[in-house]
Amino acid sequence: MAVKTRRYSARDVTVLVIGLGVAVIASVGLVWGPTLASVVLSATDWSGFGPIEWVGGRNYGDLAGEYPPFWSAVRNNVLWLGFLGLVATPFGLLCAVLLDRRLRLSRVYQSALYLPVVLSLAVVGFIAQLVYSTDYGVLNAVTGLSVDWLGDRSVNIWVVMVAAAWRHVGYVMIIYLAGLKAVDPALKEAAAIDGASETQAFFRVVFPTLRPVNVIVLVITVIEALRAFDIVYAINKGRNGLELLSVLVTENIVGEASRIGFGSAIAVVLLAISLGFIVTYLSQLFKEER
Amino acid sequence: MDRRPPLSRRNLLIGAAATFGVPAVLAGCASGAPSPGTTSSGAGTVTLGSNASDEVPKKSLETVLKGFTTGQVKVNTVDHNTFQENINRYLRGTPDDVFTWFAGYRMQFFAEQGLATDISDVWREIGADYTPAFKAASTGIDGKQYFVPFTYYPWAVFYRKSVWRDKGYEPPKTLDELTALARRMKADGLIPIAFADKDGWPAMGTFDIINMRTNGYDFHISLMAGKESWTDPRVKQVFETWRGLMEHHQPAALGRTWQEAAQSLAEKKTGMYLLGMFVAQQFPEADRDDLDFFTFPEINPAYGTDSIDAPIDGYMVSAKARNTDGAKALIKHFAQAAAQNVATGADPGTLAASSKADTGGYSTLQKRGAELVSQVAHIAQFLDRDTRPDFASTVMIPSLQSFVDRPGEIDSLLASIEKQKANIFR
Repeated sequence: MAVKTRRYSARDVTVLVIGLGVAVIASVGLVWGPTLASVVLSATDWSGFGPIEWVGGRNYGDLAGEYPPFWSAVRNNVLWLGFLGLVATPFGLLCAVLLDRRLRLSRVYQSALYLPVVLSLAVVGFIAQLVYSTDYGVLNAVTGLSVDWLGDRSVNIWVVMVAAAWRHVGYVMIIYLAGLKAVDPALKEAAAIDGASETQAFFRVVFPTLRPVNVIVLVITVIEALRAFDIVYAINKGRNGLELLSVLVTENIVGEASRIGFGSAIAVVLLAISLGFIVTYLSQLFKEER
Repeated sequence: MDRRPPLSRRNLLIGAAATFGVPAVLAGCASGAPSPGTTSSGAGTVTLGSNASDEVPKKSLETVLKGFTTGQVKVNTVDHNTFQENINRYLRGTPDDVFTWFAGYRMQFFAEQGLATDISDVWREIGADYTPAFKAASTGIDGKQYFVPFTYYPWAVFYRKSVWRDKGYEPPKTLDELTALARRMKADGLIPIAFADKDGWPAMGTFDIINMRTNGYDFHISLMAGKESWTDPRVKQVFETWRGLMEHHQPAALGRTWQEAAQSLAEKKTGMYLLGMFVAQQFPEADRDDLDFFTFPEINPAYGTDSIDAPIDGYMVSAKARNTDGAKALIKHFAQAAAQNVATGADPGTLAASSKADTGGYSTLQKRGAELVSQVAHIAQFLDRDTRPDFASTVMIPSLQSFVDRPGEIDSLLASIEKQKANIFR
């Protein structure tokens, strides 16, 4: 009888240890280990080989005070987030709502808007160059302008964000479209019977029922903004007004005489920003579940 | 009653762990150095790490190696950029006996860390085939040789002969003549100096040449090595001169690639273009004979036109070479004029480094290039090869682009470069 009090047999424990152990090892080894290593390395002056010299917060000081691309990158990442969140995402929602009304040829519009999503952002970057090039670009040829769209620091980030948004809109649209199809038409009818205008019905009734979709779209938008890299890298290696934190990390760490310590410091800044969003998101999520 | 989950699910778990775990571990390994996969199989086999991943250089290397009969060569070709980015890990890991690399500071950087084999004994045999400038570019800080030059390409100001003949332009000898010529071109409806810096590196060529003409080769190299201050009035003078020329440069350079700028020269929209000899690639075959160049004019009479940028590509022997004798035999083969002639025949944008090379098979442009290089006393390797790679890419590229964007802000720019330089060269 006393033996029976043990709820897990030796085999169960073994399986548990193996099952959980592998997951924990994978998580620690592949996620938390490198993360902590970056944080530690950011306080060193390591070049990838040879002795590791501790420099404390000097890398952060250099970054903030003496590395001009850094603030430009922070600004661009924030702009990117703002542009995707406040312009591209709402526009995607608008497209979804319009297409949900079963317009004529809606399938055609839908495909046209969704098409860019299948392209990698690097390819979008190459297409953007064909459009925006000063001497040979379509845009200048059609409009007769001679604007240096990709070289002029005051405009290039905007036109590149438009190109990135071109892809993002389709992505958001297809998610919202799926969400809208799942909304019970009876809700809209009820709202109409109660005398709500179409706009009111959308914002007061339909949009709130889309809440789970909104959360997904929000997360996607934040991720897209923070991981943006390939499009600017394809255009000009993320320099001259197109700096992004992800590019600066790569630029400093990957290379012949790598500045691993300095690059890690930039990576930690990016991590801190990402953590800000992740923590906010998760705490919101857990609050609701309770 | 309270039964544990059936066995199948456990297997599933283990299976899942294996499925997700194993590729992750593999992926972790894959980010290491490019595996050279060398197996030393007795004397006679030499391994060669090559970055000649493009079609033309790869073919050309194969042909060159056919002439090497002393031993067998096992070529390990790695993508050009990957090779460059992984060079540190590669040389400290299990490198090939011989590897492709660049002359100048970039060679010295690795030689100083003991990653290359001293080949001064080879140089005693091949030394007579090279000019002193080439020998200097192959010599480490300790005065020993570590590098065998193979091919190179000079930087100069290129133009179309037909355009210049029509308008009666003459190659300028001084900075004033250059400015006067630029004014004439503008009056004739041409954009005087083609310019592009979207890729970040072409502007380095302009900086190099103005600095060498103004302050001389020694100052330039010392500045590149981090020994001079960027806030020095001599450096400021370089940027002031450049700013004076900027109004004659093609506008909107930061959005243009060098290929586009070269095409504007080919299309006779621009008058001249300071670039490497590879500019010829952008010219249709029929127009190549119409291409000519002059060396950047004199600025300071103390230095005249005694130095140019002419990046040299060549070969080194790694410190960990397993077959050192075979490796030295192979680099001796690369030093031979005949081997280099094969390469220059395959790629018309390059010149043979050996002074014994047969120039009979050269195109007109190649002949002019060889003539130019034989007249100069100093050969610089180009900014990103003459200084620390991290300084060139993370500091100089953004800084020069910012100068091209706002040529007026020289003082703050130089102060910023100096601060960042202090952070890197410490």
